[in-house]
Amino acid sequence: MQDILKPRDANDVAEAIASANESGKRLEVAGHGSKRELGRATQTDATLELSAISGITLYEPEELVLSARAATPIAEIEKALEARKQELSFEPMDYGPLLNKTPGAGTIGGAVACGLSGPRRIKAGAARDFMLGVNAVSGRGEQFKAGGRVVKNVTGYDLPRLFAGSWGTLAVMTDITLKVLPRAEDCATVLLFGASDARANEAMAAAMGSSCEVSAAAHLPQALAVSIEALRAPGKSVTALRLEGVPQSVAYRRTKLEELLKPFGELGALDAGASRAFWKSIRDVRPFADGSERAVWKLSTTPSLAPAIAAGINASVGAQYFYDWAGGLLWLEMPNEKPQAGAVRTALAGRGHATLIRASAAARAAADILPSQSRMTHSM
Amino acid sequence: MVAMPAPDRSVLDRRESIVAALRAIVPGEGVIASDVAMRPYESDGLTAYRQLPMVVVLPETTAQVSQILRYCYENGIKVVPRGAGTSLSGGSLPLEDGVLLGMGKFNKILDIDFPNRAVVAQPGVTNLGITKAVEGQGFYYAPDPSSQIACTIGGNVGENSGGVHCLKYGLTTNNVLGVEMVLITGEVVRFGGKHLDAEGYDFLSLIIGSEGLLGVVTEVTVRILKKPETARALLVGFPTSEAAGDCVAKIIGEGIIPGGMEMMDRPAIAAAEAFVNAGYPLDVEALLIVELDGPEAECHHLMERVSAIAKDCGAVTLRVSTSEEERLKFWAGRKAAFPAVGRISPDYYCMDGTIPRAKLPLVLSRMRELSEKYGLLVANVFHAGDGNLHPLILYDANKEGELHRAESFGNDILRLCVEVGGVLTGEHGVGVEKRDLMPEMFNKIDLDQQLRVKCAFDDKGLLNPGKVFPELHRCAEMGRMHVHGGKTAFPDLPRF
Repeated sequence: MQDILKPRDANDVAEAIASANESGKRLEVAGHGSKRELGRATQTDATLELSAISGITLYEPEELVLSARAATPIAEIEKALEARKQELSFEPMDYGPLLNKTPGAGTIGGAVACGLSGPRRIKAGAARDFMLGVNAVSGRGEQFKAGGRVVKNVTGYDLPRLFAGSWGTLAVMTDITLKVLPRAEDCATVLLFGASDARANEAMAAAMGSSCEVSAAAHLPQALAVSIEALRAPGKSVTALRLEGVPQSVAYRRTKLEELLKPFGELGALDAGASRAFWKSIRDVRPFADGSERAVWKLSTTPSLAPAIAAGINASVGAQYFYDWAGGLLWLEMPNEKPQAGAVRTALAGRGHATLIRASAAARAAADILPSQSRMTHSM
Repeated sequence: MVAMPAPDRSVLDRRESIVAALRAIVPGEGVIASDVAMRPYESDGLTAYRQLPMVVVLPETTAQVSQILRYCYENGIKVVPRGAGTSLSGGSLPLEDGVLLGMGKFNKILDIDFPNRAVVAQPGVTNLGITKAVEGQGFYYAPDPSSQIACTIGGNVGENSGGVHCLKYGLTTNNVLGVEMVLITGEVVRFGGKHLDAEGYDFLSLIIGSEGLLGVVTEVTVRILKKPETARALLVGFPTSEAAGDCVAKIIGEGIIPGGMEMMDRPAIAAAEAFVNAGYPLDVEALLIVELDGPEAECHHLMERVSAIAKDCGAVTLRVSTSEEERLKFWAGRKAAFPAVGRISPDYYCMDGTIPRAKLPLVLSRMRELSEKYGLLVANVFHAGDGNLHPLILYDANKEGELHRAESFGNDILRLCVEVGGVLTGEHGVGVEKRDLMPEMFNKIDLDQQLRVKCAFDDKGLLNPGKVFPELHRCAEMGRMHVHGGKTAFPDLPRF
């Protein structure tokens, strides 16, 4: 077991990194370690465990701003926000169930560093869209800040956004300032049953291109629709579209959306409670949280291209899959632990990006799961 | 005045051969070298600064941009990119020894993709041009800077432009999906596309708002939205700016995010009303315009809630728009606030700090003190929803020393913004104007971290030098460590 360094504050983090830099040691950066099994296994000399760098340091609901130390549990932040009827609108997913770990763990730093964004990403934006400022320590052991605490800020490069999704490879964040937003008072989900992938894709595009302000759009083929309890699916594929807002508005838009979707087939609906449960399942990729180590991929592509890409992969390796983000996000579960990166990337054919999310340790150690990196990535 | 880097004699001496080389890349009228013909390019929206460039080049293709940049890179020539030249911070101020790269000929929309709700445009297309191209189908491009009729989408990417609707709909950075960009080496790269997330670093976030210091954007993919079914505006007058600020906080605290929420102070109200007769009340200290959009049922419901909050906060006048004409009229005064102030003063200097909203009363009262100290009037328009303040300082450039006083006053306002927890610029960019104030907000280590990003893209520092960063470093120097000489082997930390 390798050394674990447990800094107490940002100064300790700086000292640890400076010291590692001096001695040429590589550090794994971890909060709770809840997403350690994501992607390729790291090869490091010590772990920098930030769990003690925790706590909300500023929360001003009327200014829509919250600052927290990097390893503050997401659960703690969500609780504080809920008390003031606010939320993290990017709906950070909980990887616990998918990675066969305890649900509800994880830190805000981890969520941001991994760029976790849930179903609302198509309307509200990604984790990076909520980053206002950071305090961080560079690989040289220098403490620096970037951004600020206000929404509108173009003073200098937007490093806080860059750090979202940088997997801790550019700097170690110690404090994070986020934009927060009011929680919708009401929500409902309109369901379309029995549509083919292609037809569902069209239905989602029509809904997203309407003024219904759809805040999430997913499609589950029949085989997976049955796995989601909230649906009580009648043995058909399910296309789900979420509406959120004040009750008057949700009711109006629901009628309007149902009108729009009628030509696509049989319709159903989920009320607010069932709706919340359903989208949490989609957010956390519950259909593939089957306790297995079968490889799971996340594909980001142009929404209208997704059905053809899914069909291509299915034809070559026989994967299970479902769509989120109106088709822009394709979740794939391979038939076994083999990631089969070649088949996935061939079907994608440069029309988006594929990231391996779950795989056995052996598969994760293999080189071919990583995409080719651009020259700019190396320069950075 | 902020000083620009001293021109490189050795480059100026080669001017003729540089012009000839550029003519070989861009034929015909695409290279402008006479002083008279270059005159329109000598300044941008920050007109207090003027400088003729060494040469202007107006390419039409990505291949030409690539060749121009490669030539400049290989020959150590500085390049200043320019869109429509509407920057208010001097972002496209030319350099005496630099090539001015005008992107105006990149004016075509390449792809309109309704199913994926995206538009691919060349960078010289105007912001409003994108909306015009899709509005027939009921779509629009959300960020709407006041200069949207003229400013280009490429410039918007460079500056991360905002507008009056960004509290709800975001800035440029929240609405751009991808770019094609040419690096200073001539290499053509793409970041993002019609998909939402890329693997690896999110370079788009760096490019947007990089003020032309990292590369030249040659294509932009933006997200378009369906127009809300209705929009209604509320015009509310308050006896004090404190009351108006309080109202803004309560609206947001109640969970309402209006499509737009703007505030004007008494001098700005007076100027706007005299200019466009929008029907603004003249006997109030602060005027709030709150716009709600969405389905009629939602607008109606929220309008009632906002009205109740406004009354609670002591509103003395309150009008709800009853027609689209009336709504646009409410906005006309606000949107024309800058030219309206231009009518009552020979010159004005527009500032752009952002503050935490709760600090507004403090900042306004300190600003009144500064106004007395400098003997110059100031009118305030304020994106109240997101804390972005636009003080307009009135001065007369023909009066000895007034420009200097206006600049000093402006700098004091921006220092004040930083002091209360805000930032130097909300949407206009650092450019030349706020360059030397950067150390008010960032220390040397903070700035060096940003300069390392610059070095990763532009190791010779040829793209738009003299903007954003107060000091120019050679990239080789950035490799040196400047803290911690100690040999501590991390003794205090618990190990497990």
